[in-house]
Amino acid sequence: MQDVRITSGTATIKSDVRQFIVRSFLFGDESTQFADSASLLQSNLIDSTGILELVQFIEETYSVIVADEEMIPENLDSLDNIERYVVAKRAQQPI
Amino acid sequence: MCGMCGFLQRIPGRRSDLELLARMTARLAHRGPEAVGRFHDSNVALGHSRLAIIDPEGGAQPISNEDGSVWVIHNGEIFNYLELGRELAARGHRLRTHSDAEVIVHAWEEWGRDCFTRFNGQWALALWDSSRRRLVLSRDRLGIRPLYYVTTRERLLFASEVKALFADPAVNRSLDPAGLAEFFTFWCPVAPRTVFEGVREVKPGHLIEVGGKSFELEERCYWALDFPLRGAGSDRSLRDAAESLRARLSEATRLRFTRSDVPVGAYVSGGLDSSVIAALVARESGRPPVTFSIRFTEGELDEGRYQKRVIERIGTEHHEVLAGCDEIGAVFPEVVRHTERPILRAAPAPLYLLSRLVRSRGYKVVVTGEGADEVLAGYDIFRELKVRLFLARAPDSGKRPAILARLYPWMARGPSSTPAFARAFFSKELDPTDPAVSHRPRWTTTRSLLSLLTPGVREEVAGFPVEEELIARLPAEHTSWDPVARAQWLEMTALLPGYILSSQGDRMLMAHSVEGRFPFLDHEVVELANRIPMHFKLFGLEEKHVLKEAFGDLVPAEILRRPKQPYRSPDAASFFGGGRVEWVTELLRPESVRRAGLFRPEAVEGLVAKCRAVGGSGMSNTDNMRLVGVISTMLLHRQFIEGDGGSCETFSGNGRVSGEAGHSPTRDGRSRPMQGAAQISDTPAGH
Repeated sequence: MQDVRITSGTATIKSDVRQFIVRSFLFGDESTQFADSASLLQSNLIDSTGILELVQFIEETYSVIVADEEMIPENLDSLDNIERYVVAKRAQQPI
Repeated sequence: MCGMCGFLQRIPGRRSDLELLARMTARLAHRGPEAVGRFHDSNVALGHSRLAIIDPEGGAQPISNEDGSVWVIHNGEIFNYLELGRELAARGHRLRTHSDAEVIVHAWEEWGRDCFTRFNGQWALALWDSSRRRLVLSRDRLGIRPLYYVTTRERLLFASEVKALFADPAVNRSLDPAGLAEFFTFWCPVAPRTVFEGVREVKPGHLIEVGGKSFELEERCYWALDFPLRGAGSDRSLRDAAESLRARLSEATRLRFTRSDVPVGAYVSGGLDSSVIAALVARESGRPPVTFSIRFTEGELDEGRYQKRVIERIGTEHHEVLAGCDEIGAVFPEVVRHTERPILRAAPAPLYLLSRLVRSRGYKVVVTGEGADEVLAGYDIFRELKVRLFLARAPDSGKRPAILARLYPWMARGPSSTPAFARAFFSKELDPTDPAVSHRPRWTTTRSLLSLLTPGVREEVAGFPVEEELIARLPAEHTSWDPVARAQWLEMTALLPGYILSSQGDRMLMAHSVEGRFPFLDHEVVELANRIPMHFKLFGLEEKHVLKEAFGDLVPAEILRRPKQPYRSPDAASFFGGGRVEWVTELLRPESVRRAGLFRPEAVEGLVAKCRAVGGSGMSNTDNMRLVGVISTMLLHRQFIEGDGGSCETFSGNGRVSGEAGHSPTRDGRSRPMQGAAQISDTPAGH
């Protein structure tokens, strides 16, 4: 059962974050394409303060706390990384 | 300092339209409220609105040579006019006045177009040589004074500001997609481009001659930025470089302080550059100078503590203005009417408030520290370049970012405080062989604003290869320059004239008839500074090292030691920070945005909602740029495309909007968002 829940959650994470980015940083511009693996910083989708907005969104949406030392590109700089990070993070704490 | 305008008829002999000249001149009254003058013959009409600074009695313009065959109108100052006047008198010229403008016509007679290489100053001028039937437009080396021109079927028109060109109904008023592309990349159009289709700006360091039957415009460069070979002069000592800089900058300040028949004040920002200039002025005048500062209510922007150190040390008669969010929001429409281009920061607005203070205290000339950061490599963009090239030499090193963070604590106030993100940031678009490697991240960030535009406008704008065009203007020898010198060239070619000296400089000063003088931009200071070895300017990552070495005895230690603080003002908070700025609501509502046809209404709505939610504070750099960019572009469209730029009535004092000009369709019935009502005219403009 747990596996199923995590799989469906995973699909939602990427599309939720993608929607958040399109809404908050592209202001609904659907024509800007970016892959799940694309670096948000390198593709200029998000600037350094934008990362903080993203962290806030992740914390509020997934009920996790992002520690300072976790604010690194490996956790936050692409949809793939964010999903991996959020899944791991949620597994660590009681839901 | 003044406003100047006029036109050259394509077909001589036709009666000059003096009514048009009067309308053009009247639109520049804020630049020169003290007198108007005109000259006209069957070819040309010259108009001048004067701010009398040198020879208030004798210096009226237009002014001519002995026999009236050469006439000039001039905005600015030729600071070495006394020396030039003596030289010209020795060569037999008879000068009737003690003005710098009169020197220009005689210098032209004596040396022809080479005369401009002899001028030390800041000028935009139009000279009519009637015997050769040539009109000459010339602009100073670095673009301190503005000069625009446009051609129509009947004439070439020129003026200090675009709004004077728009006084001729035959001039087409529409936005230039290429100019917008430059704005959405470099923060500003780069001369000769403007954001207005067909309107051109004389390039800094250039002159344009026109006349004769062909009516062809011939452009010539009389001065260009130059840098030495990388590593040249490395055997020079720091002391030697500092002493030569001190001598030359002192002389440049002396010229700018003493060559005036009215009192000269000084701006004090609390930073190093203006402190040096204010200290030099105090030493020159022998009595307490009069100084002016901006204060902010927001603690992190306010530099009052440092300003106090400077004025106490120098001993000045000090005045300051408090630039609150409400004041900035209230004057912003006027600010854009003066910048005549969109802007990405509200930072010009406090400078508008500051020049108002200067004028209200009876002053009309100030010296400032402007230009030092370009000339002596003071901006973060130069330091970031060094960091990035350092990273590029060992792209896979995991240690370098951590070393950087430890060695350079200023990174903590940079783009990101965590080394990993700092590395990610500094590695963006990091190709050391790219001539514009220093500027690509800034340009790309700015270009991300294009996503706010409607698809049609975006398609028109995004296609212009403006980055490559600018890079192509680099002199061929740039490959042998220091990489930081190349970054300085880019900065001094685009942002310095297009934003710093214009939107934050001339336009904000002249809005209240105040002339700015900038000793760091004396061309001899620039030429000297460019030859100083780069490691004396940027010593490790310490900026303007040689300047600190040169003036350490004149400036308080705290000012020497403090980290450089970029000049910033509240941006989004000025429009959504609690105070009700009603015109913003009206300007950004979906119907207004749709009518202008430039931005996607839903994008603006989303942006506004985001700003409102946080009261405009704590927003990202990019969102602040987005908001100010949208507001200023919308204001520009309303004032100059829907309106004709001639009136400040667009927004009345209570925030209500007057003059709701409709968005006229073109004859084919299609809506043309970049163009205004005048577009329907049959008159072709442009070249």
